[in-house]
Amino acid sequence: MHPAPSIILFTTLSGLGFGMLAFLGLDVPAPRGWTAFWFFLIAFALAVGGLLSSTFHLGHPERALKAFTQWRSSWLSREAWLAVASLVLMGLYAIGLVFFDTRLRIFGIAGGLLSLGTVFATSMIYTQMRTVPRWNHWATPILFLAYAIVGGALLTGRVELARALLPLLLLLQVFAWIDQDRHEREDPSNIGTATGLGARGSVRAFEAPHTGENYLTKEMVFRVARKHSAVLKVITLALGMLIPAFLLFLPFHHALAAVAVLLHLAGVLVQRWLFFAEARHVVSFYYGR
Amino acid sequence: MTTLPQHTEKSLGLVIDLDTCVGCHACVTACKGWNTENYGAPLADTDAYGANPVGSFLNRVHSFEVQPESGPAQLFHMPKSCLHCADAPCVTVCPTGASYKRVEDGIVLVNESDCIGCGLCAWACPYGAREMDPEEQVMKKCTLCVDRIYNENLPEEDRQPACVRTCPAGARHFGDLADPDSDVSKLVAERGGIDLMPEQGTSPVNQYLPPRPRDEAPEFDVLAPYLEPVAEEPTGFLGWLDRTLSKVS
Repeated sequence: MHPAPSIILFTTLSGLGFGMLAFLGLDVPAPRGWTAFWFFLIAFALAVGGLLSSTFHLGHPERALKAFTQWRSSWLSREAWLAVASLVLMGLYAIGLVFFDTRLRIFGIAGGLLSLGTVFATSMIYTQMRTVPRWNHWATPILFLAYAIVGGALLTGRVELARALLPLLLLLQVFAWIDQDRHEREDPSNIGTATGLGARGSVRAFEAPHTGENYLTKEMVFRVARKHSAVLKVITLALGMLIPAFLLFLPFHHALAAVAVLLHLAGVLVQRWLFFAEARHVVSFYYGR
Repeated sequence: MTTLPQHTEKSLGLVIDLDTCVGCHACVTACKGWNTENYGAPLADTDAYGANPVGSFLNRVHSFEVQPESGPAQLFHMPKSCLHCADAPCVTVCPTGASYKRVEDGIVLVNESDCIGCGLCAWACPYGAREMDPEEQVMKKCTLCVDRIYNENLPEEDRQPACVRTCPAGARHFGDLADPDSDVSKLVAERGGIDLMPEQGTSPVNQYLPPRPRDEAPEFDVLAPYLEPVAEEPTGFLGWLDRTLSKVS
């Protein structure tokens, strides 16, 4: 799949932002006053910034409000509702903490859970794609949630928790990659079922419908990552989990923690790039790639 | 509404005969021509006369080579457009309700004024039937020529999809696949029509008729095995020529 920068930024930043909001809403003690102000500002900037960047890949962003209508069937529509609901509730919760020194507990709990729900809805947009075996897998929602939670713990300064979660995330990610490889290998679709000619012999794409590219080959038949996938996976693990965990085990300093957060962010960006670039869409069988 | 109808009154679709298609791409041209001038946004091309032309099409013809276990390879042409699936995954993923499946005839359509161009429906389709228009930035797909098949301003013989009407080989057929007595349903029953990628669970309406078995080259003479083998090495004048030329080269 084509790794569009707007989508990679969106899933990474909004994942971190909503993970942070989940901690701010659910965890005690809640920050107050100016501390709360800065925490909520960063969380909202990440979540809203991510959502805005997702509109850049739309052909008609001016019609984006229509995406709220189909929540009965569409995960994208559900994501839109959950995002707005969690941002509104967490906004009210933040106003209470920052300006009135009051903790509106119900708003925090509901907003925190809805924030995790938003991340889950985002992940289900990809998980539901039967056409992309690597996404149509248990690991997609689990990893999206795990990255959001670990990022949220890092960004809200839960050092103890982050120390424990980073190695677990590393193990989860490695296991997920191995199982996704297996799942993709075992997918029943191939050029034989795509053409219905598989029982007659070995099928080969002889001639494409056209000599150039088209929307499908650009969007869904992307192949650059596979060659470098092992190196990029090592980079993901090093930047995303290993080095941040190491930095957190050193004597605590705000500068070290900030470096850990930035490295983690870079690691997640590489992971997300791979998530798209490595995923194979079944339509590529028709193009013999 | 992007939930799928439980039942459609008809299942209009295409039956494509892989044995008859000669791969001439006339259906591609007819489709592009009709659908650029009629329903919805025109099918744009970018850099049409330049080095890297790209455009949106609703129908494309692929060619595949099949190598059987023995004998020569066989070549098949496969026109591919929207299969108007009963369980169309492109419809349910749509966040705006722009994609829908019609209850009256099962045609899957896009309401272009509601489409935000997010591209999710194209991801959901295993067949590559949907393409984003490079100019209008809305999703384009086969309409089964909905503006021809019910169009009373056209002569009756033209009230079928442009690709079917134009096919010079008669490889494309149009009709109601939910009606077991329709010509297309009889054809599918007789020739053993197949679904493309049935494991994707899309229940496509369009059917493909598999190629009939090819003729085998017969043994041309029962006595042939008993004949003397032809000399492997040339003799006489040809032998002399071969030896002489071998010395020179």
